[in-house]
Amino acid sequence: MNALSLHKKIENNAGLLIFGILFVSALGGLVQVLPVLFQESLQTASANTMPYSAVELQGRDVYIREGCHVCHSQQIRPLLAEVKRYGPYSQAGEFVYDRPFLWGSKRTGPDLHRIGGKYSDDWHRIHLLDPRSVVENSIMPAYPWLLNRAASAGGDIQKKMSVLVKLGHPYSAEEIENAPAALEGLTEMDVLIAYLQVLGTALPDDTNQKVH
Amino acid sequence: MDNDKQQFYYDDVVTRLVQFSLIWAVIAMSAGIYIAAELIWPALDFGQFWLSFGRLRPLHTNGIIFGFGISALMATAFYSVQRTCHVPLFLPKLAWFCCYAWQVCILLGGLSLLAGWTSTKEYAELEWPFDIAITVIWVCFGVVFFGTIANRKIKPIYISNWFYGGLIIVIAMLHIVNNLALPVSIDKSYSLFAGAQDAVVQWWYGHNAVGFLLTGGFLGMMYYFLPKQAGQPIWSYRLSVVAFWAFTYSYIWAGPHHLHYTAIPDWVQSLAMVMSLILLAPSWATMINGIMTVSKSSEKLRDNPSLKFIVLSLAFYGLATFEGPMMAIKSVNIVSHFTDWTVGHVHSGALGWNAMITYGTFYFLVPRLVGGTLYSVRLANIHFWLALSGAILYILAMWAAGVSQGLLWLSIDELGQLSYTFNEIMASMTPYYGLRLVAGLLFFSGTVLMTFNLFMTIKGRQTVKVNPPVVLASREATA
Repeated sequence: MNALSLHKKIENNAGLLIFGILFVSALGGLVQVLPVLFQESLQTASANTMPYSAVELQGRDVYIREGCHVCHSQQIRPLLAEVKRYGPYSQAGEFVYDRPFLWGSKRTGPDLHRIGGKYSDDWHRIHLLDPRSVVENSIMPAYPWLLNRAASAGGDIQKKMSVLVKLGHPYSAEEIENAPAALEGLTEMDVLIAYLQVLGTALPDDTNQKVH
Repeated sequence: MDNDKQQFYYDDVVTRLVQFSLIWAVIAMSAGIYIAAELIWPALDFGQFWLSFGRLRPLHTNGIIFGFGISALMATAFYSVQRTCHVPLFLPKLAWFCCYAWQVCILLGGLSLLAGWTSTKEYAELEWPFDIAITVIWVCFGVVFFGTIANRKIKPIYISNWFYGGLIIVIAMLHIVNNLALPVSIDKSYSLFAGAQDAVVQWWYGHNAVGFLLTGGFLGMMYYFLPKQAGQPIWSYRLSVVAFWAFTYSYIWAGPHHLHYTAIPDWVQSLAMVMSLILLAPSWATMINGIMTVSKSSEKLRDNPSLKFIVLSLAFYGLATFEGPMMAIKSVNIVSHFTDWTVGHVHSGALGWNAMITYGTFYFLVPRLVGGTLYSVRLANIHFWLALSGAILYILAMWAAGVSQGLLWLSIDELGQLSYTFNEIMASMTPYYGLRLVAGLLFFSGTVLMTFNLFMTIKGRQTVKVNPPVVLASREATA
């Protein structure tokens, strides 16, 4: 059977056409995406990377809810200018506890992967309440409502941690037990800042990075 | 078969879907204009969480893709599959369910985005309850569509149906895998994948949502409505077939070009780059096929606003499918990634290709659906120029903004230090953002004119009942 008559068959048969589309479109995923999902090095935490604490996790979920990832990336590329601007480039092992990943696709604002420790908590608080008071010309929105919401209002932290345990995050029973107490008295502003301050601080030990 | 009892095509549901599509276009484009203004005057959110940029931007993209885009694709798929198969829709009640359930899903989904429910995955932001609802409606869409094809009276399946079929099948596969997650509560879930692996899965989805929905789905529209309007068969049916398979095969690999120089394996990036370049061939083959089809009846381009929109959309399609592979080259991507160039590229596809081909199709379709003439051809012609100038201005503004952003970020002085702070570069973007806002307003005002024009065309009229053509038994046997 030559290609043309084979094609005539597919053209006349809805079942074959459906199967053909599914098969041909699945190939790329099977060869390219599936191996990535089984690649050990992409799911092995780098030496200093720890799961987010209850406070940081709650802060990360505030970051997600407010859509910070829409304007800020968390991915420093191995380029000279980028490493100079933001710090050591990002490595896969630093993200193994990131569900979902928050690398972003647009830098309307600067990259935040190594923001942790660069500014004081107070700076972040002022900046989140009134960005233009500390960064002239900033076009970042203000987030005044974070001050008035208790951190515990952002979802059941114990439930969150147990779901993450199911996905392989190594939280101990004790950590989960103590999580609500850790959030007590904190606002969403506090937990968001705690998350920002831990970002990118688990720097891999080999700082001998080659850049393009 | 109970379909044999029905003598005419089910077009009521098509008219209704077109109306919903128009309403979504207006809503989602307004959101776009609002966030464009927020990037110039950030105080425009008035301290309201639901007006915050981070929440409105996903509303804009989801409203356009899933509200405007999918409603238009469902409408045109239902319309054309009946006519290319010579049978009424299979399970018309299910088609009505798809129509209304989809609108409810997108409306509630949009509100949930404003409430801060989000999975963060681009173009898949809706949380798990909506993901499940979308899957159910999508399967129903597939049952109606493929059921109609199974009942067909014409043996060969026409090429437009392949693209609509590809849309239904591939989007189902991508949607289900990318949204795999463990729920925590109704508004929150954690992705089954983490970090770099999550990134690869997301862009396998994200890029191919562009591929099989915004490109493939709308090519289905093109393959039915362009020959119909030009009064010519497709220039080369064989080319369309080859391009279809090449497109379906190669698109899937290109996703990781969204992750160049990030912490994913190098081989995945390089493979994605090569496949993106290969993708240029089927993309342009399709464009050439479309333009050659019109060229045989080019005299219609003088006075037919609908055909003008479709031809223009092919030009933008060619532009965007050339620009895409160029941006997928790693060394170009160093400059373009994370900048407004990406935003410009997306809009040359979304405004230039998706919106324009839909506009052209609607101007053709709506008068036929209700058995009247277009309320105002003059308004349609004004719309054409508003859309063209808006799209061009938008793309140029974002291209200029993106290229300068990318180069300034990378700029290093003779002492080896960064030439500019991030803030300096960001502040220099305001004029471009101003131009973009003007461009958006031009494009939006055209869309509002069209919505008015088409609703006036429909007003007071009923969808006409069209019978499938009678095909002689002898013809049917040889067809």
